[in-house]
Amino acid sequence: MQSSLSPNHALFEFALFMGDNGLICGHRLSEWTGHGPALEQDIAITNISLDLIGQATSWLNLAGEVEGKGRSADDLAYFRSDRQYRNFLLTEQPNGDWAMTIVRQFLFDCFHFEMLQALLNSQDERVVAIAAKSIKEVVYHLRYNSEWMIRLGDGTVESHRRMQRALKEQWRFLGELYEDQELDQVLAESGISVLPSSLKQAAFSRMRGVLKEATLKEPAAVTDFKGSGRKGIHSEHLGHLLAVMQSVQRAYPGQEW
Amino acid sequence: MKNNWPIWEVFIRSKNGLSHKHVGSLHAADAEMAIENARDVYTRRSEGISIWVVESKNITASSPADAAALFEPAADKIYRHPTFYILPDEVKHM
Repeated sequence: MQSSLSPNHALFEFALFMGDNGLICGHRLSEWTGHGPALEQDIAITNISLDLIGQATSWLNLAGEVEGKGRSADDLAYFRSDRQYRNFLLTEQPNGDWAMTIVRQFLFDCFHFEMLQALLNSQDERVVAIAAKSIKEVVYHLRYNSEWMIRLGDGTVESHRRMQRALKEQWRFLGELYEDQELDQVLAESGISVLPSSLKQAAFSRMRGVLKEATLKEPAAVTDFKGSGRKGIHSEHLGHLLAVMQSVQRAYPGQEW
Repeated sequence: MKNNWPIWEVFIRSKNGLSHKHVGSLHAADAEMAIENARDVYTRRSEGISIWVVESKNITASSPADAAALFEPAADKIYRHPTFYILPDEVKHM
């Protein structure tokens, strides 16, 4: 397939994509800090948030390095608008109740784990290094969220009802995760990454295993829902999230403490 | 619901060769969650490499009222401490 994208530009976009997913998920989870359902879960979800923001820092630094215009991870995080963000629609969805958050994170973890696993074989050693560091954290995220899926899905009538509702709500955003874009073809051909569609089978088989144990019903696939966070076409929620996350740097550019 | 979670005691081993030490307690619905909560609450700063959890109700404690009978008789048995032996010079770090 002929493409106008250079491998270098594709890597820049890919690093943004990986970084933005981590940053937006991390920010969403940070909103739970001080509001967790129990002190222990408050700390746990904040730990995961910090893992993801740490990973985002590595990816966005790589993006800045590949771009070569001197932009740091902070520049990329705080001075891009929603149309320039590359995260999945899934990751920016509001926290809602605990069920909504757990389902969102679980669906993301299943993608994230398979992607990082594949990136361990990347031709770019910087990508391998970030993936190798991240995957240990993500194995734990997956375990943590899988257990909550099962605990609440196979819990009380009320927890089951909330989980099923959350699953239906978040499932709509799943299509985008395993859809190949032009960018992915370039990345796959240059050995930097793999086609997201190649991750689908393993990810879905993991998801279905957990759903079964959680006694949750897999919602019907939603195919007519084609917003694309990766292309910068976001839901209404991202703008609000960025307004909060970027407010200090927008008001006082370059401010440090 | 959170009020119904039982309390668990947490023991952490900081490195191989040392024994697990009690570090504190936490709430969790079951053992699996207790291990994860312990990991998140008590090993955030690389405190350990192994975790034990045990539900607090399974611990039997000595009664403070029995302290005199249990512990005081040891106080005058100084010969139980190995402080009266003359160590050969070759033995160091005893």
